[in-house]
Parts: sequence; structure tokens; C-alpha cells
Amino acid sequence: MSTPRSYHSVVLVKQVPDTHHVTGEVMKKDGTMNRAALPAIFNPEDLNALEMALQIKDRYGGTVTVLTMGPPKAAEVLRESLYRGADRVILLTDRRFAGADTLATSYALACAIKKIGPFDFVFAGRQAIDGDTAQVGPQTAEKLGIPQITYAEAILNLDGDTVTARRVFDLGAEVVQCKLPCLITVVGTANRPRPASARRRIQYKLAAAPMEYKDLLRRWPEFETEEALDQYLAARGLKIPVWTADDIDADLSRLGLAGSPTQVYKVNFVVLEAKESKEIPPTPEGIQSLIDELIEEYVVG
Amino acid sequence: MNSSRDVWVFIEQEGGKIADVSLELLGKGRHLADRLNSELVALVCGYRIDHLAEPLIHYGADRVLLADHPELELYRTLPYARVAINLVQERQPYIFLVGATPIGRDFAPRVASAVRAGLTADCTDLQIGDYESKKEGKVYHDLLYQIRPAFGGNLIATIVNPNMHPQMATVREGVMRKAEPDPTRQGLVEQIEPAFEPEDFALQVVSRETRESTVNLKDAATIVAGGGGVKTPDDFNLIKDLAHALGGEVGASRAAVDAGFISREHQVGQTGTTVRPRLYVAAGISGAVQHRAGMDKSHKIIAINTDPHAPIFDIAHYKIVGDLRKVLPMMIDALRAKAK
Repeated sequence: MSTPRSYHSVVLVKQVPDTHHVTGEVMKKDGTMNRAALPAIFNPEDLNALEMALQIKDRYGGTVTVLTMGPPKAAEVLRESLYRGADRVILLTDRRFAGADTLATSYALACAIKKIGPFDFVFAGRQAIDGDTAQVGPQTAEKLGIPQITYAEAILNLDGDTVTARRVFDLGAEVVQCKLPCLITVVGTANRPRPASARRRIQYKLAAAPMEYKDLLRRWPEFETEEALDQYLAARGLKIPVWTADDIDADLSRLGLAGSPTQVYKVNFVVLEAKESKEIPPTPEGIQSLIDELIEEYVVG
Repeated sequence: MNSSRDVWVFIEQEGGKIADVSLELLGKGRHLADRLNSELVALVCGYRIDHLAEPLIHYGADRVLLADHPELELYRTLPYARVAINLVQERQPYIFLVGATPIGRDFAPRVASAVRAGLTADCTDLQIGDYESKKEGKVYHDLLYQIRPAFGGNLIATIVNPNMHPQMATVREGVMRKAEPDPTRQGLVEQIEPAFEPEDFALQVVSRETRESTVNLKDAATIVAGGGGVKTPDDFNLIKDLAHALGGEVGASRAAVDAGFISREHQVGQTGTTVRPRLYVAAGISGAVQHRAGMDKSHKIIAINTDPHAPIFDIAHYKIVGDLRKVLPMMIDALRAKAK
């Protein structure tokens, strides 16, 4: 056994459209999606990643820093992270990040993580539901030059600078031992993410990033100026820090659209094949005639 | 060495058995290489795997890069990625295809990041074609079209990677078709000596258990699948009962898998399995593109949904607007009546 120590974790989270609940209302007739009808949510597996980091902090001490890259609105998931127990949050936002594919995204994230400082773990959800690529985690690990443990379901042991974790996949499981620091992507079955704590919700309700000040002033006209609000929030540790491309020592040519090898060449609406189709009434007679027809045509044998 | 037009396939093997998806990618890779008039190269890592070279050539490879080393016996990200990264940097393939398996999805992004290549996940089709960049005022010839559902699955996007090669893509098992092996095909085998670095061994596998899939959706003649319209485990049992009555397999959309009604092995769609059964019954499945991409080539489709505007009805041969909790028992009864 090594001397007990504490651990510093960085958790990568993303705000995503809730694509799991695409209903008829969200789909327009031409096959496009009414994105406004989709609520923006905390990517589900990122909550599992945050929970894993918080459990390490609960048990061993240390810190949990949550980092997100996205539009200003993504500050919402950072507040959610504060409610759950994050010590520090950072919003990475800049128009120059726009149009980034996974390679450029992982580059920006890796630059930001390096700026955060020494860490033992980087956690991320296995994948985000809006793209399902599961690429950003491994690509960030590569850029940080650290090993990756993908599809982690549990941390079985933590001893000095060695972590033992269980990985799960469709047809099996694996136990691996890895030297820290490392990056871990977490699956949805790993844990049950804690709900927001009522106390912390009150404590951090006002946490805001500077680009949210305009809206806040409408709700709290008593502050009168953004400067006054900024001073008030900063003094109470409620100012969500915003980092841009200039803050993370990034090579600008590797960011955003310019730093993305993949480009969308074209997008097609899904043309549904107009097949010959029969409407079957949902009655015993209707269903019986359907089954008879399928048997006659040898579709059902 | 100058960049080539060669098409590479990462061959996944476990215990000396080649993964189906790798053979399927050789089938597709063969077409792409023929179109580009270039070589199809199979890269395989493992330990004591000499015997794999011959079948890989029979399935379409012109050249097999064989990295045989005790440290490669079990898949681990860093040693495998090291072999691939060194080879890609040295030989600069034009296209590099990887199966979208748990291993492939761990391996491909690590390699893509290191060689700074573009990578498109879960492609449902791959083609060769030209791309005109209006911004650069330049036409790129014979790029890889990486085609996949996008933006929540309601659009089909064609992705290209004009400059930063290789053009990398992952593809799920069952999406491409395996070629018939040709035992007369000839090819080259090159032994690759890995050049590991000490940090490649930061991670050790303590134990590993794998099992064979008990689900065979890819070859099933009949599939009964449930989706988000299924609200309780009891209701999902109706899906299983009908599948049983039809002698078929149970499928599911992602919504049903996420709800915990059934394991992910049963998932049909872009991020699950692609199926082509004689009969596909979609119960309570709205029909997002990701799901349809995995089943729209079914011979006959029956869709059951309470929403008459559900997109699934647009590809169904038989539309039943109704509650699956009523309709499925009727179907089971009708089948039983016939069996008597």
C-alpha cells in the first residue's frame, strides 16, 4: 500500500440536444428537425463521469474541476455541476471554436486541461448523444499523452498512482490496471448520478458567466451595471470563468473549422421510400387477415 | 515515402479468430481499392497469428501487414495504436477503415488524433467521388464519401476529408457485405517489428472475459422489435412473445435499450446492428433515421404505432395505427389459430 493521497480530477461535460426524445412533433414533414422543440440537457453519461469523480473526492479528498466547451448557454451544465458538488467550473467558449469536429474539439479541450494544471484523472462520458462518436475522449487522451480507459463501469481500487478499473462492453468485461494520470470514459451503468443538493442549489443559483450578465440584469435591475454585478458575483465565488482561444495557448490553425479535417460535403433530407403500403385495422379480423397474407406469401413460415 | 492511394483495413482478431466486421470491411475496401486502382492492405496485430494472413488475402487483401508480438496478444490501446501510428506515418495510406466495435472505437480515435487525420464514426455507406471546395476554388478528385445519419439522425450527411489523410472511418458490423473468399487469390505478407516505447505499457490487463453473442440479429429471418412506445417490462414481454411465436429474434430501438428492457446486443440501427430480415415488426418505434438505417432493407415491414404520423409508417408495408398492447396479443392469437 502506498501512502494515502488525494486526487485531482477534471471532468469533461457537454450540453446536448435531447435527441433521445425525438417525437413526431419534433420531426417536420420535410424530414428536418425542429431543433427548438428539443430541450438542451446535460449529456447523460457525462453525469456518470461527474459522479465517478465526486465519489473519488468523497473518499480520498482532492478536487473536481468541470470543463465544458460550447456556446455561452452551456453555462447551464456548469451550474448543474456546481449543484452536484464540483469545486470549480470553466466555460470554454469562443466563436473560433465553431465548426470543430472531434479532432479540433479534443485539441481545444487538451489545451484547456493543460492550463488547468496538474491532474490525476480526466473523466468524460463514454459518448455524447448528439453525435455518438465516442471519439473526443480518446483523442483528448492522446493529445495529453496519457493512457485511456474507455467504457469504465467501476473503479475497483485506487492505490497511490495506480488505478484498477472495470471496463464493460457488449460481449464482455475487462479489469485493467493503469498508471495515473489517465483519462477515463464512463458508461451509463457505472453509477446513479447524485441529484443536485438543495443546499448547493441555493448556494450556486446565482453562478453566472459574464455573457449571461445582460439577461441577469433584466431579472435584477438593482445591480444597474454589468460591472456591479460582476463585482458582486466575483466576490462570492459565483463568477463562472470563461476561457477563449487566447487563454489556452492554442495554435489557432488547429481550432474550429480550420482545424477540422472533416467537412460536411452535403446534407440530404431523408427521402423515405414510398412503398406500397396497406393499412391494417387494429381489430382481430384485420390482424388475422394480415397473418394469413404473410403465411400465404411465405413471409411467415 | 510519398502518400499512396492505398486502402487500409484494421483487422480485429481475438484468440486468432478474425472479427466478421473486418472481413466485411475487406469486402468494401476491395471495391474502393479497385476504383482507386490501388492496393488493399490489411493490418493485423496479435500474437501467433501467422495463419491469419492467408484468409485475409482470400477475402480481398493485396498485402497483409502482420505485427506478431507477445505484447500484442490482448488488445490494449497504446501498443496497438503505436504499431498503427508508426505504419501510417511511414506509409501514408489514403484511406483507413476500422470496425466500429468496442475495440475499434477505442483504437481509431487514438490513431486519428496522433496522425491528425479526420475520422467519421459509424458510416452507413462509403463511396468514392469528387469534391469541389468553393472556398478554395479547387476540386478534389476521388475522395472518400463518408456517409452517415447526422443532426439527431434526421439528415444523411456526406462527410469528406480533403487534406488531412488518411481518410479514416468506422463502420458497424453488418453494414457492409463480406466478399466470397477466393482461395486462389495471391498477396504479399510483411512481418512488422513493433517499436514500442516504455509508456505504451502504462496499462495492464488484469483479467478479461468475453462471451459469444447469444443474439444473431444479422442472420435472423424474422425480427420483432420494440421501441420508445413500450412503457413497461411487461409490455416488452409482448414483443418477446410475438418473436417467439414467429420463431424470430427480439430487436429493439435505442429507446428500449436505454430504458433497460433488453441488452444492447438487441439494438437495431446505425449504432446497433444492421439487419435485412424477411419480416421486421416495429412495435412502438417512431422511426428515427438511425433506426431506419439499420432495418429499411427488410423485405417486409409491419409497423405498429399509436401516432399515425410516425415516420416509421413511411417505410412500412403494413401500417397498423393502434396500441401495441392490444395489437401484439391479437397477432399472437392469430398465429396460434393458424398453428392449430
